[in-house]
Amino acid sequence: MTHILSVSVLNKPGVLTRIAGLFSRRNFNIESLNVGKTENPEISRMTIVVKGDEKVLEQVTKQLHKLINVLKITELDKNSIVERDLILIRVKCTRKQRSEIIQIADTFRAQIVDVAPDSLMIEATGTEDKLEALTELLRDFGIAEFVRTGTVALSRGQAAK
Amino acid sequence: MPKLNGGEIIIESLKKENVDVVFGYPGGAVINLYDALYSSNMKHYLGRHEQGVIHAADGYARSSGKVGVCIATSGPGGTNLVTGLANAQMDSIPLVAFTGQVSSSLIGKDAFQEADIKGISLPVTKHNFLVTDINDLARTIKEAFYIARTGRPGPVLIDLAKDVTQAVAEFDYPERVDLPGYKPTFEGHKLQINKAAKAINEAKRPLLYVGGGAVISGAQSEIRQMVEKAKIPITTTLMALGIYPEDQDLALEMLGMHGTQYANKATLETDLLIAVGARFDDRVTGKLDEFASQADIIQIDIDPAEIGKNLDVEVPIVGDVKTVLKELLPFIKEKENGAWQQRIKELKEKFPLKYEDDDSETIKPQYIMEEIDKYTKGDATIVTEVGQHQMWAAQFHKYKKPRQFITSGGLGTMGYGLPAAIGAQIGQPEEKVVLIAGDGSIQMNIQELGTAQAYNIPIKIIIFNNKYLGMVRQWQEFFFDKRYSSTKIPAPDFVKMGDAYGIWSKSIDQKSKLDTALKEAMEHNGPAILDVHIPEEENVYPMVPAGAGLKDMIGG
Repeated sequence: MTHILSVSVLNKPGVLTRIAGLFSRRNFNIESLNVGKTENPEISRMTIVVKGDEKVLEQVTKQLHKLINVLKITELDKNSIVERDLILIRVKCTRKQRSEIIQIADTFRAQIVDVAPDSLMIEATGTEDKLEALTELLRDFGIAEFVRTGTVALSRGQAAK
Repeated sequence: MPKLNGGEIIIESLKKENVDVVFGYPGGAVINLYDALYSSNMKHYLGRHEQGVIHAADGYARSSGKVGVCIATSGPGGTNLVTGLANAQMDSIPLVAFTGQVSSSLIGKDAFQEADIKGISLPVTKHNFLVTDINDLARTIKEAFYIARTGRPGPVLIDLAKDVTQAVAEFDYPERVDLPGYKPTFEGHKLQINKAAKAINEAKRPLLYVGGGAVISGAQSEIRQMVEKAKIPITTTLMALGIYPEDQDLALEMLGMHGTQYANKATLETDLLIAVGARFDDRVTGKLDEFASQADIIQIDIDPAEIGKNLDVEVPIVGDVKTVLKELLPFIKEKENGAWQQRIKELKEKFPLKYEDDDSETIKPQYIMEEIDKYTKGDATIVTEVGQHQMWAAQFHKYKKPRQFITSGGLGTMGYGLPAAIGAQIGQPEEKVVLIAGDGSIQMNIQELGTAQAYNIPIKIIIFNNKYLGMVRQWQEFFFDKRYSSTKIPAPDFVKMGDAYGIWSKSIDQKSKLDTALKEAMEHNGPAILDVHIPEEENVYPMVPAGAGLKDMIGG
């Protein structure tokens, strides 16, 4: 079972180490961890995807709360959030394969961001499932390398009634 | 506003925090701080090793209830503090440790005596800081003390770049802290308190299980009222011995691996376990799914992460133990719990703590504890090292007040006792402080005899000398067919060692000599060592093997 935690932290030196260290010391599993600036320059938001049952999640949350520089932890409900992951994939391709790959990229609303004689680089954003489906389709052509940001997520605005 | 250098700012900040005693060891990176100490009236105790220094600060904190403060230099000075930080973290002891660091411009360059003590100490501190700007110094110290002593206390380390202790700035100590991510909960949730009261009033066989959190919170009088109002029997962990007088009818003393049979049996029979500032440690519970298996559990703790960490509880209450008990007490009905009281009495009569003794000259360790208890009228502060002697000290002495038993509980640090006893004595100058040590443990920080002698700290060191690392030997006897792998440890001549340090010392191996020797040691004006030879293969009973349930006790 995976859970997405949105964690606001004070932008102090070492805050990432504290959080990473906590996960390692308490033997919690991180699927992905993402840090970025927020609207407030003193605060960063971490999006942490954690693997584990409810009990593990409870401990993760409580232990995170004990860190002095952690301000707020919210578990994001997968039904009411926008979650995105970004991938850059360099796919091997011959001149003949180019148009087929571009078609696949179009289907996924992905961009071609670099063209070389024997490869293409594709940039795509979306949920993990979508990016995995894209990667799977491109695997046949040969993936030279790829990099992913890991999930970032935000709650949606209040639903209209 | 006065302009002060970094060293002076630290001293002035310490004064603002009402610190009058610090423990430390100088070095290049803290030389400015030591220069400031030289012209201040702060009492500084020079240890003989940084580990000794921090354990002394810890012992001081435990005996006095104040924040312990220690100083070490950069590099090895800092790394030598690590065991002491971990020890304080496990037992929730408020400490502020200052370490020197190389100058900011040299950080990261592998400079002489550079170590990343902030990184190293991260998992063994409640929080830590690196100060590289003098303008952050006073505020950081304010925050460190606040974090160390509030909520669930713990050690906080402040690493000081050397140039910060040299630089000059206006001294302005902040009135309050601004820590938006740190807001401990003190009061219990009303609804939960009502639920707890209902459960306690309805319980037929309630049992209080009290841990170190109650001592930290200063909840002895509330605990006492709980016990007496509804006639609830009480068992304590190693960390809370004496929070309720152990000579009382409802006191079951310690539970767990080497707890009393009656305490462990009571946990098997109780229908409501009231955990107060206790964390369901494996040395207490044994096999978790058999622990208090007939009982609903109320858990009161200031640290929300402790609730449900090891065991699911029916009624969790997050808050300061003393405050929560105060809120809870008016809802508790006076009760007799007659049948349960009778059962407790029966258990205590049927399964007392006991040991075999005879008329020979053999000196049993349990007997020594009883004699110390008798001689000091049960009033002394007992400090221990770690091992068999620690358990005998917990079992065969009746404790009657909190902070009377000082020991390394969670981390089990051999070498803690001697420096901690020195610190404990400094924290409570009027009390008699007796260190119970093993011949193995005492050698781990033996250099602190120098500290005891230098300041004439009148601790009484009783060495339970069995020429073995006894606790491990006991496990080897029980579970490894007496294959005593590396547990035989020839002891030095402790009398000659004491002499070398200029400390009164005596060694005895006959029971008939114990009385006089104890009296001599206790009445000696200054530190004293009494080396007592005990049977080499004496065991600690009762015992629950690691991982077994409390019902599977061996012996006793």
